[in-house]
Order: sequence, then structure tokens, then C-alpha cells
Amino acid sequence: MDVKFKILRFDPDKDKKPHWESYQVEMEPTDRVLDGLELIKGRVDGTLGLRRSCAHGVCGSDAMLINGKNLLACKVLVKSLPQPITIEPMRGFNVLRDLIVDMEPFFAKYRAVKPYLIEKDERPEHKERLQSPADREKFEDTTKCILCGACTTSCPSFWANPDYVGPAAIVQAHRFIFDSRDQGKEERVEVLDGRDGVWRCRTVFNCVEACPKGINVTKAIGEVKQALSKGELDPPK
Amino acid sequence: MRLYKGGVGQASWALHRLTGIGVLFFLFTHIADTALIMVGPEWYNKIIAIYQMPLFGISEIFLFAAVLFHSLNGLRIVIIDFWPEATVHHKLLFKGMMGIFLAVFIPVAWIMLGHALHGGAH
Ligand code: SF4
Ligand code: FES
Repeated sequence: MDVKFKILRFDPDKDKKPHWESYQVEMEPTDRVLDGLELIKGRVDGTLGLRRSCAHGVCGSDAMLINGKNLLACKVLVKSLPQPITIEPMRGFNVLRDLIVDMEPFFAKYRAVKPYLIEKDERPEHKERLQSPADREKFEDTTKCILCGACTTSCPSFWANPDYVGPAAIVQAHRFIFDSRDQGKEERVEVLDGRDGVWRCRTVFNCVEACPKGINVTKAIGEVKQALSKGELDPPK
Repeated sequence: MRLYKGGVGQASWALHRLTGIGVLFFLFTHIADTALIMVGPEWYNKIIAIYQMPLFGISEIFLFAAVLFHSLNGLRIVIIDFWPEATVHHKLLFKGMMGIFLAVFIPVAWIMLGHALHGGAH
């Protein structure tokens, strides 16, 4: 089948502002949007800039605005979309070229929440730190995040204030805050409870709809809000 | 820039802002018109006479809709904030809220419309 694409192109060396370009390629209905972009890049216009790696919804490289919604290009079948399929880079980040955005500020926020297990006590010798299945379940949902950025760049609070730590970083913080083995909860409070922390969330639910991993992002943010307001993340007295 | 295609969450968030600003705007004008009493009763009476025109009666219906939506939606957000588990059913919660909105709005708007058209608001 013939598939029409409309892509928002931007080359910082040549263009003052982004502009739309139309393309048409021959594809199978069961091909994915990413296949279409690869076809365009391979056969029609090699200058098209995009990020991808796994092509299987695992690496989180190819989140973009597809028909006005954040999706992973490698997960959507072309037959499921009305044409022309419009493609734009994620919103709220600086566009480096075409669909490639500067994700450094995004990863800076990721690092700011200390997304790793913080141990204070001595590790039990030759033993694991045990955890009950019920305790493990508490953060099961947030282990699935692939850091694609779809949630953060679908969030009106983030568009309005790029300093907002954003859903993705909160999901990552949740992953460790609710891990019974973690002992660094208070080290994350400053970022989460600060003026650009969780309280900027207005429960818009765009993040939940955008997440390609089906994470209930708003619930995770809500649990962090609750933990903060109940003082559960304060340093032990 | 085109609108992001969000779901009911985005729509209700946008409406919440819009109704919030609308009600705030009404409050300011209301403060201003009430303050006219200090300028002179005749000024105050003039402005109240304008308010009793059907056009204003109808805009009062919009005001009522805005206040009602803003309060119900606010409660919905409170529920979600206090019980994060409610996020799982957030669409149902929105539908339920809109159900209550319509159930209250339609009869009240009907009565208000009657008042607005057949002389004298309130
Ligand atoms: S929470 Fe979901 S949408 Fe957000 S970065 Fe992680 S995988 Fe992507
Ligand atoms: S290319 Fe890896 S998630 Fe799409």
C-alpha cells in the first residue's frame, strides 16, 4: 500500500524554523512507522535525521509525535493510522535536527533523582538483601521504564516549565523510593519536593496515555506525592 | 503549533483552567460593580439594571456551569491525589463527574433560563 507521510523537518544550518515535507512510500500494512521513516531515509532523502536503535520497543530511542500523539515509531503499525501520517519531534526539547532532540536536560533530571540503590548499612556478607514478593510488587510497574521521554514531553506542565523534573524522572525515583532495600530516600526529597518537583503534576494523564510500556505514571507520581506529604521520605530520626 | 492529542485528562485540565479564569474574571467585575455603591446609589442601580437584562441572565447560566465544573473537577483531582489507586479508573471517574455535572446543571439551567427570559433575574 502507498503510505503518505508529512514530516516536520529542521536543519539548524539551513532553516530558520521547521517546515513540513511530504513523502510517499510503498509499504506493507503491517510495517511500522519506523520502517517508513527508514525507507524515506534510505531511498528518498538521506538527510532525514532520526534516532533509533532496537526497532522493537526496548531501547526508547524513537519516541516522537505521530499524528499529534507521543508514540514509539517502532511500535505503531502504519495500517492503524489515518494518512498522511504526521511526524514531529517530541515537544519541549531543543530540536537538534529533524526528529533528533537534545535529551541532555532530560537525563540530567534522571541523574538528579539518583536512580540507583543507595545502601547505608553494611552489606550482609555472602548474602543477598532479601525482599518479600509483596515488597517487590510495590515498584514493579516503574521498573519497566525505558527512558524514552514520551511521558515528559506529553506533559503540559513540562511544556510550560522546562525545569519541572517531569514524569520520567519521578517514575525512576519511584522505582527506588519504594524499594525496601533502598536507604537513600531522603537524598531524593530535595528534587522531588522542591518547587520544580512532583507538585507541578496536574494529573493531566497525558503521560499515562503516552507511555509505550503501559506504566501508570500518574499513579506513581501520586504515590510519591503521598509519601512526601506523609513525611515517609524524611530522614530517619 | 498544533494541539497535542491528549485524552479526557487534558480536556478536563484545560477546562479547569478556563473556568477558573472565567470565575476569577466574574469575581473582579463583581467587586467592581459592588464598589460602585461607594460612588453613588444611582450608579449602582444603573449597573444592576443592566445585569437584569436577559443577556446577563443567560451569561449567569454560563457562570453557574463554570463554577459547577470547576468544583466537581476539583473534587475529582482531590480524589486522585489522595488515592493514587483511583488513577486506574480515571476515565470512569471523569464520566461519573460529568454525569453529576449534567444531572445538576440541566435542571438548574432550565430554571435559570426561565427566570432570565420571563423578567427579572434571581
Ligand atoms: S515512564 Fe514510560 S513514557 Fe516515560 S520515559 Fe519511561 S517508558 Fe517512556
Ligand atoms: S527503536 Fe528502540 S524503542 Fe523504538
